Amino acid sequence: MQSTDPPAASLSADPSRALAGTPPIEARGLINRYGHVTAVDNVDLTVQRGDVYGFLGPNGAGKTTTLRMLLGLIRPDAGVAGFVEAPRFYPYMSGRRNLELVAALDGGGARDRIDGALDTVELADRQGDKVGGYSHGMRQRLGIAGALIRDPALLILDEPTTGLDPAGMRDMRVLVRRLADQGITVLLSSHIMDEVEELCDRLAIVRSGSVIYEGRLDELLHSTGQRYRLRTTDDERALEVAAHQPGVGDVRRDGDGLSVAADEDAAAGLSIALVDAGLGIRALVPAAASLEELFFRLTEGDANGAAPSQERVPA
Amino acid sequence: MTAAAPVLPAVARRPSTWTVYLWELRKLRAQKRTYLGLGAAVVVPCLFIVALMVETGGPERVPFGRYVRETGLAIPLVLLLFGSIWLFPLIVSLVAGDIVAAEDRNGTLKTIFTRSVERQQLFIAKVAASFTYAVTALLLFALVAAVFGGLRFGFHPLTTLSGNTVGVGRGLVLTGGALLAYLMPVLSVACIALLLSTVTRNSAAAIVGALMISLVMQLLGIISGLEFLRPYLLSTQFDAWQGLLRDPIDWAPIGRAAWVCAAYAVPSLFAALVVFLRRDVTGG
Repeated sequence: MQSTDPPAASLSADPSRALAGTPPIEARGLINRYGHVTAVDNVDLTVQRGDVYGFLGPNGAGKTTTLRMLLGLIRPDAGVAGFVEAPRFYPYMSGRRNLELVAALDGGGARDRIDGALDTVELADRQGDKVGGYSHGMRQRLGIAGALIRDPALLILDEPTTGLDPAGMRDMRVLVRRLADQGITVLLSSHIMDEVEELCDRLAIVRSGSVIYEGRLDELLHSTGQRYRLRTTDDERALEVAAHQPGVGDVRRDGDGLSVAADEDAAAGLSIALVDAGLGIRALVPAAASLEELFFRLTEGDANGAAPSQERVPA
Repeated sequence: MTAAAPVLPAVARRPSTWTVYLWELRKLRAQKRTYLGLGAAVVVPCLFIVALMVETGGPERVPFGRYVRETGLAIPLVLLLFGSIWLFPLIVSLVAGDIVAAEDRNGTLKTIFTRSVERQQLFIAKVAASFTYAVTALLLFALVAAVFGGLRFGFHPLTTLSGNTVGVGRGLVLTGGALLAYLMPVLSVACIALLLSTVTRNSAAAIVGALMISLVMQLLGIISGLEFLRPYLLSTQFDAWQGLLRDPIDWAPIGRAAWVCAAYAVPSLFAALVVFLRRDVTGG
């Protein structure tokens, strides 16, 4: 049994481009229970206009369920189109014929947009071929074309690169970029961190049905404590200097140099202290935390307690 | 919640059921099995005529069998009789048994239900497309039989089952009426195949199932001791058209065929519709 709690959930989906400043998706308190299992637990999402919004989480975290809820809550005439996992088409008809079919089932108004959609997904030269002969990547792109002919202001893509070979993944990422450049807001769910880091401006990280981070990607990368990599003429002495420098912490050996936790001012202070101590600085460079690192810290819960690590209590 | 009622681009609206029906026909046109069925409807009468040309005898023991060499008009009528055993149940269930199950095989129901089409629209379109195909197959079958039969044996007056002779014009009208009467059990088989297609979600099971049901009814019809069942079997209704070729016309078997066929078709369609409307398509 599946139950959504309407009183706890509110959502506004308003992708009309006429209304600047209103988020296309503003979801508050989405909850979805299957019996005693809470698949989606009080999820809040805010997707801003023009965002490529990442929805990142391990498999089974409740991403698809949340997207399905969003799709179910959004009025279908509101300029939203999405595909959830692999879109399926009639293998015995051509790609173009399939698009004509879905356009007709939307009342026929979308017919004029088929050419443009086929161009955008780079299937124009294969449009006459039967879908049965398409690769997985081509079918995924045809699925996006099927969504595009609705002229959406918001596109919801659920793991569009899953199962694609490296070339197919690259094509899909280029396509998502192109869609964003065309002014389409994209909500992209993924369990691939590279992809989210490469494509998204904002993201939500989900674990076990709960959002454990929501906000700008660059803020997330900054917020988690910046580290610097340091190489000097004498790393032994540099280690001592750094250990006693105010504002600098967690000094570690790291490969052929040192790694220290410091903000910009502390790093500047450290450079002066090193020179005062008679050391030559070969390199002092900020080491950006990768999303991957952060993701594991957030989703697995680390010693610093950066992530809420409590188990969810079944309702 | 955000305020304001925005003017939204109305990109999607519900298509007409006629549009959905036309697309069901296009789907059928793009599939090989459609041509397999229609091909059988063309090839069988041709083979029959070739056999008559090669052999000296004829199907003496069936109605109109004696007259196959006298007039081409007798050929479609004799073939209707042969077609009822397995040919038409097979031709019809080949498409009607697949038309819903094919969507399951290809996983396409989700694709089209995320558009603006309603489920009952799609179901009606599928029923109409299956019927259109059945009518096309039957017309092709009779047309090929009459034209090639006429070319080979001439268009001469037809001797009816009552022994009197009718002219070519009247004979063609009666043949047309016979086709309409024959269509009733054919469409009933289509409805049963559609039900099986919807319930089993498997083309092969639906086609074989519908064919088995037809054959079992024929078996029941020839078992002595079960004569009381015979008027209510679908297989019996395939012979109802013969009432038209008596003088005066015997309407009783045709009237009975109408309600017996409806008694098979309507509940099958209704059950199929209920299953189709209630099924969960999110999984596949």
